[in-house]
Amino acid sequence: MDALTQDVISIIAREQRVPAESISPESTFEQLKIDSLDGVNIVFALEEKYNLTIPDEIAREMKSVRQVIDALRQQLNATASPAPTS
Amino acid sequence: MEKVVITGMGVLSACGSTPAALWASLAAGRSGLGPVTRVESSRLQTGVCGEVRDFQPEQHFGKEVDFLDRFAQFAVVCARAALADAGWPRRLDANGGPPPHRVAVITGTALGGVESEDQGFHQLYARQATRLHPFSIPRMMFNAGTSHITMDTGARGISFAVSTACASSTHALGEAWRMVRHGLADIALAGGSDAPLTLGVFKAWEAMRVMAPANGNPAAACRPFSADRAGLVLAEGAAIFVLERESLARQRGARIYGELAGYGASADAGHITQPSVEGPLHAMRQAMESAGLAAEDLDYINAHGTGTKLNDATETTAIRQLLGAQADRVSVSSTKSMHGHAMGASGALELAVSLLALQNQVAPPTANFTRPDPACDLDVTPNQARPRPIRALLSNSFAFGGLNAVLAVKAYR
Repeated sequence: MDALTQDVISIIAREQRVPAESISPESTFEQLKIDSLDGVNIVFALEEKYNLTIPDEIAREMKSVRQVIDALRQQLNATASPAPTS
Repeated sequence: MEKVVITGMGVLSACGSTPAALWASLAAGRSGLGPVTRVESSRLQTGVCGEVRDFQPEQHFGKEVDFLDRFAQFAVVCARAALADAGWPRRLDANGGPPPHRVAVITGTALGGVESEDQGFHQLYARQATRLHPFSIPRMMFNAGTSHITMDTGARGISFAVSTACASSTHALGEAWRMVRHGLADIALAGGSDAPLTLGVFKAWEAMRVMAPANGNPAAACRPFSADRAGLVLAEGAAIFVLERESLARQRGARIYGELAGYGASADAGHITQPSVEGPLHAMRQAMESAGLAAEDLDYINAHGTGTKLNDATETTAIRQLLGAQADRVSVSSTKSMHGHAMGASGALELAVSLLALQNQVAPPTANFTRPDPACDLDVTPNQARPRPIRALLSNSFAFGGLNAVLAVKAYR
């Protein structure tokens, strides 16, 4: 499990107040009882931690830990290239 | 129309977080006001407030605490305590509970989730944050207290929040009384909560120049009806009650604190901050009429008594006009001298105090009284609680904006 995956899992565990061991990259939000408001809270926590913005249309589609990790990685890669001005 | 009785209460205040602790403090004339610890006080002129000191959110909530501003936490914790006190199960939709659609929840708040708002907007304006916490809206909204009580208890009847500044919870209780009295609900969970101790709220109140200074003795800062009164003391707190139709309470053998017998409400249609005599007088008259009370029947008034020059004098005049020759026979007190001014929660807290006064047959004092003011010449029960027969009482709340609400309570026999 890479560092990013571990970090996403630990943030989800913290925000949902569940043990990190109960979460795997393949867990779905449904399995983890993460509702839509929990979902935006997790996205907010990741945005704060990584100082980036995950667009609404991507955030709304997230239904699993894997999707969160992929979206975060994508945004990190996008911001690693020349920094956006806004 | 059926009588409405009060069978349970939950309180959180600077004077204690149970009815027994609150009463012990007030009956002893002991102020719960003290130095400000909840906000950075170096920028405050006042240096005194009423804090709920023994409240630990994690003792009451799990993960859901993230959704609840402090004012909503107060509301839920008091609602749970009120239900337990009334002998109802924690979940009203459990077996043996009342029909959930016949349980109303009506709560008042003056400032709602202002702590969350203050913290969030500070991040935004001062720290240039690019985003706010996604729970900001659910935490800030004024109906959060009401909503969380419904979710916590399973109450599914008519439910809403009332916001009328310092009369909020009195209006909430009055409207709940109406619902039960007119058969729209069997039970109501009603009252109010406020947690306004933020730097922004302190500074806004300071700007109006109506705040009492600590002057080295914060516990004695609030001196309602005294000639040397110097203003109000900001506080936080909450009280929620179980209102029940009489037949239901009797059928289940519930302990009854008293009959919530009447309610009066009015608008001054005058000034945005200066109180009138006519508005409060009309509300008190209406409360007494709806309760079927004459001046001779009344023994105690828990005054609005903020400790400002203007309020205490106009309230005195209004009470004199209400009661005429009977005015000097009635015990009056402002318990804000001890628990402070908990904004929209004040009326509910003071109803709790009034019910405890009724139960104990003791008029609680106006603490910190130093010398009489000819403009406040009622028997304001200075400094010492007074044992006396109490058959019926009024609890007054007169809000900024000229919105007045008064509750009438009768001993239940």
